[in-house]
Amino acid sequence: MIALLQRDMRLAMRAGGGFGLGLSFFLIVVVLVPFGVGPQSALLGKIAPGILWLGALLACLLSLDRIFALDWEDGSLDLLATAPLPMEAIVSVKALAHWLTTGLPLILAAPLFGLLLNLPEAGYKPLILSLILGTPALSVIGTFGAALTVSLKRGGLLLSLLVLPLYVPTLIFGAEMARRGIAGQVATTPMLMLAGITCGVIALMPFASAAVLRVNLR
Amino acid sequence: MSLNSLWEYANPRKFIQTTDMVLPWVTVLAVGVLVTGLIWGFFFTPADYRQGATVKIIYIHVPGALMAINIWLMMLVTSLVWIVRRHHVSAMAARAAAPVGMVMTLIALITGAIWGQPMWGTWWAWDPRLTSFLILFLFYIGYMALWSAIENDDTAADLTSILCLVGSVFALLSRYAVNFWNQGLHQGASMSLDKEEHVADVFYYPLLVCIAGFVLLFISLVLLRTRTEIRARRMRVLLARARMG
Repeated sequence: MIALLQRDMRLAMRAGGGFGLGLSFFLIVVVLVPFGVGPQSALLGKIAPGILWLGALLACLLSLDRIFALDWEDGSLDLLATAPLPMEAIVSVKALAHWLTTGLPLILAAPLFGLLLNLPEAGYKPLILSLILGTPALSVIGTFGAALTVSLKRGGLLLSLLVLPLYVPTLIFGAEMARRGIAGQVATTPMLMLAGITCGVIALMPFASAAVLRVNLR
Repeated sequence: MSLNSLWEYANPRKFIQTTDMVLPWVTVLAVGVLVTGLIWGFFFTPADYRQGATVKIIYIHVPGALMAINIWLMMLVTSLVWIVRRHHVSAMAARAAAPVGMVMTLIALITGAIWGQPMWGTWWAWDPRLTSFLILFLFYIGYMALWSAIENDDTAADLTSILCLVGSVFALLSRYAVNFWNQGLHQGASMSLDKEEHVADVFYYPLLVCIAGFVLLFISLVLLRTRTEIRARRMRVLLARARMG
């Protein structure tokens, strides 16, 4: 399992798609928003948590099809399937690798991007905390979508269509938590809900992902 | 003919035979009940003293919304049957129901917007009920897109069934998340199974007739579409066989 994780991490880094691409995409979204809504600092500060959450979500979505696509094409997914490792473990490791190469850099870069969007000072802690709690769920749910569409030639658009509705609860609670933190309200309820969703999908989603992967490998 | 169990209808031939007899009756009944309910509702009920004639949209809006949710539930059940017992008719019924459900969702959204414009002064508001219906609509679209994207029928049935299960959980989650996210503008339920709370009797009875009409219409459409699917598959096999020589 650890070997698989290391392999996936190395592949993501050397292919130049992992850290760099997702982060650059995140940056571009953040840069484009002021052009779209105008440069007023007050407005930007108000919508900053939403923009950062949406940016994280889209950056995560962008790299989803890489989770299985390469392994599918060169047949290593078939080898993994016959390895003495349950499919559930494989998809979990894949999701973890995806989070380490996409979610984690986004969390680390989020304070900087918050600065660009004039995020109020009170917002940093809840925003970062909400991203830490929420992005693992994005990766795990995304792995399910990637497993679902792996056998399709041009599955990218369909992948977004399938995965984005599944992101709705995570996005709602994540952005709500950051918003409440900025407004100085108690953010415990959305925080607990967000953590609950993340724990729930980490526990249950690998079974669904493994099931669809088995169907696709049949 | 003795009816041993429901699973007899898992045989496509048996399914076609039975629906051959049932389908015309259900269709006629659906049209009859629907026309009765709508005419009763539109022309023989008084206008509401505050909402005026716009109240009559309830005869389309409420059944449409009810069916939008129940069709997804039906797809969930048929998907489970496919996963557990692998009856093809079940998977085909789920596939046949999805577009009908999508249209029902659309009917609920559009009639709601038409009613909301004079009553709330807006076509759309990010109200929990409205939002969760929009999300349900997205789930229907994704489900149908996945069906049409995969060539192998069995693979498609497997994948969409699992998507339906996962989607049901997330649709429910979204419903409560959206509730938490924004306050509602939509009024409470028009009817309830466990509470003595519903609209006035004069609107209630034609509404019940309309709901029955929508259910019958759905049954007849699903039967029709499932039969079409069975025949389309049979034709594909025959054509493939003919090509083989």
